[in-house]
Amino acid sequence: MTDVTEQNYPPGKHPSLPPPRNMTGWHVWIWKNFFGSITNTVLTFLSIFLIWQIVPGALDFLVFDSVVNAGSRAECREIADGACWAVIVERFEQSIFAFYPEEERWRVILAFILLFPTVGILLFDGFPARAKLMKFTIAYPFIAGWLIVGGWGLEPVSTDKFGGVMLTLIIGVTGITLSLPIGILLALGRISKLPAMRIVCVAFIEFIRGVPLITLLFVASTMLNYFLPPGVQFDLLLRVLIMVTLFASAYMAEVIRGGLQAIPKGQYEAADAMGLKYWQSMRLIILPQALKISIPGIVNTFIGLYKDTTLVIIIGLLDVLGIMKTALADPKWNGLPEEVYIYTAIFFFVSCFAMSRYSLYLEKKLHTGHKR
Amino acid sequence: MASMEQTAPQMDLLRLWRDKNARAVIIQILTIAGLFFFTFWIVSNAVTNLETIGKGYSFDFLFEPAGYDINQYLIEYTNRSSHLTAAVVGLLNTLLVAVTGIILATVVGFILGVLRLSKNLLMGKIVYTYIEVVRNVPVLLWILLVHGMLISSLPSPKASVSDGWDFLGVSFLSNRGFYLPQPNPEPAFWATVIAFFLGIAGAVVFRRHARKVQDATGKILPVFWVSVAAILGLPILVFLVTGLPIVWSFPELKGFNFVGGFAIKPEFMALTLALSLYTSSFIAENVRGGILAVSHGQTEAAHALGISNSRTLQLVVIPQALRVIIPPLTSQYLNLTKNSSLAIAVGYMDIVATIGGISLNQTGREMECMTIVLLVYLCFSLLISAFMNWYNKRIKLIER
Repeated sequence: MTDVTEQNYPPGKHPSLPPPRNMTGWHVWIWKNFFGSITNTVLTFLSIFLIWQIVPGALDFLVFDSVVNAGSRAECREIADGACWAVIVERFEQSIFAFYPEEERWRVILAFILLFPTVGILLFDGFPARAKLMKFTIAYPFIAGWLIVGGWGLEPVSTDKFGGVMLTLIIGVTGITLSLPIGILLALGRISKLPAMRIVCVAFIEFIRGVPLITLLFVASTMLNYFLPPGVQFDLLLRVLIMVTLFASAYMAEVIRGGLQAIPKGQYEAADAMGLKYWQSMRLIILPQALKISIPGIVNTFIGLYKDTTLVIIIGLLDVLGIMKTALADPKWNGLPEEVYIYTAIFFFVSCFAMSRYSLYLEKKLHTGHKR
Repeated sequence: MASMEQTAPQMDLLRLWRDKNARAVIIQILTIAGLFFFTFWIVSNAVTNLETIGKGYSFDFLFEPAGYDINQYLIEYTNRSSHLTAAVVGLLNTLLVAVTGIILATVVGFILGVLRLSKNLLMGKIVYTYIEVVRNVPVLLWILLVHGMLISSLPSPKASVSDGWDFLGVSFLSNRGFYLPQPNPEPAFWATVIAFFLGIAGAVVFRRHARKVQDATGKILPVFWVSVAAILGLPILVFLVTGLPIVWSFPELKGFNFVGGFAIKPEFMALTLALSLYTSSFIAENVRGGILAVSHGQTEAAHALGISNSRTLQLVVIPQALRVIIPPLTSQYLNLTKNSSLAIAVGYMDIVATIGGISLNQTGREMECMTIVLLVYLCFSLLISAFMNWYNKRIKLIER
């Protein structure tokens, strides 16, 4: 007691004392986070109860009681009660390539492998020789299209053989790459000073956003051919790609418009005062700032588009979900919806979660002091 | 001289192009002309194509008998009813899923959003995991998964009775649906309905009175409890006094299925559960963002003024949070309504599955059917956003 009351230090020179014993340490941390108040305690017990109810059962089903090697559902059931992953093992290759001819699959794999450097160059600053390799990124869509569709020396593959993960990636990547530029143009049109431009863009955006994607896909699959000159036939996949891109670009336009409207008027006026023409001021002053603010929204739209690619199964294209659904119709594997859907869900979860993490990284990177 | 005359109009055009206002007019005229020609081209193509295969564009088929069955209808429907009736049945089914889903998603979403912010670390993490897992998986997959799980795990009607999948012996859960007792009101039930509306009117009047009293004297009257008593208590009292004027029809097992009662079909259950599960995760994030947007200073200021904890929440935090929450909430409601069109994947007969699916295939009238479906959804969207804009404005007016 005495050393506390004695003043051996000149005023203001006292070293900081450690916090009181009952304010630090692991037990205080536990007390604060789990039992601080009555509600908190109740929530803790509720959480423990939930975990205890769900986790052991789920683990048993998914891992401990699961069967990997079996020939049919009946064999699975004989071995154990858990998930029958044998269906996934058997259908794994098909879930990725669908009906793409086996001897040509190296082309898809090559296109897929090339996607990684392309995306890497595009997304990460630290990539070696980034500026030079950008040309490759621009050329990639054409290379990949040539590899997958064929022609010019490669065996052509009809698009109705496409399916599985491959189709999901084709629709997703095409939609994502094309919807951003179209969305930017639509957003600029919507806030443009020219009334005719504005009306056209607003009508387009509101129409697309007002109807579900599935009805647009129905339009693409049932009536788009009526609107083309007689005799002209569009490939179904191409029609779907157009619809998905238009759909995503309307949403993209709204996200970017939000960003454009958040830019202070002074920035537009300053760009005008510098004597910049419309496109110059947009490209150099307005869009870099507006796009930066709208990154979370843009990535959310990408994720939405990527998830929406599953809807193509309703008009008969077999994406990864569709191809796995055919396994359910197989008498050998009949009645295993959980396994098949959980496998597909994991695929989508991994891709979408990665995208949302990247958006967080980008937000942090571009966080150059505009926020408090 | 000849060359001068030739270049003069070009110079004029160039000068016109360099003039900002003139250029704006030219660009707009070009846009409209381009659009006009594009539309004209499309329509003329459609007309030629339709003529070649001998189809017109008319809605007469709507009054012909549809000839197919619908497994859930809110208005009278048989397979001899017209395509128009089928479309209306589909529309009502869409509305039913949308309204049920919106209510469920809002309740679950608000609870999850608040739990996500709770100081409890464990609960916060559980809700975070749930939200991330749910929203990173396509909604169609959720619909199929929930439907598949319901169908494969629920017992047949017979097993439902024998294995105890019943609630209090009057409701049965089976793979044919969830069978509940159906209330059939007797004539005297009208008194209860009238009492209910009287209760609402009374609550509104009392609320106004309470506000006047508070403005005049500062006294706070218990508006909430009086409203509960008026809206719920009064009808219940009248219901008891008039002698319970409701006859229940109970589901009974006859043959392979239940007879009587009313059934919530597994397709409807799967669709509503999956849609509200999916949408609630987005709403939870909106709610969380909205609550976080109210700065802590507001709560502290309210406490400094001596306002109690619950009234701080009611008068300071929630109104400000709602202003942030409502715009994204609107688009979530719209999304849920539009996502309900995925009903076709599990065989629930909504508007897309009836008029845009079976009717379209049977009559071959793609243009007309798709026009109807697109117009219906456009109306939904415009109505919901108009309502929400009105609500937004109202909330803003109260605030400032």
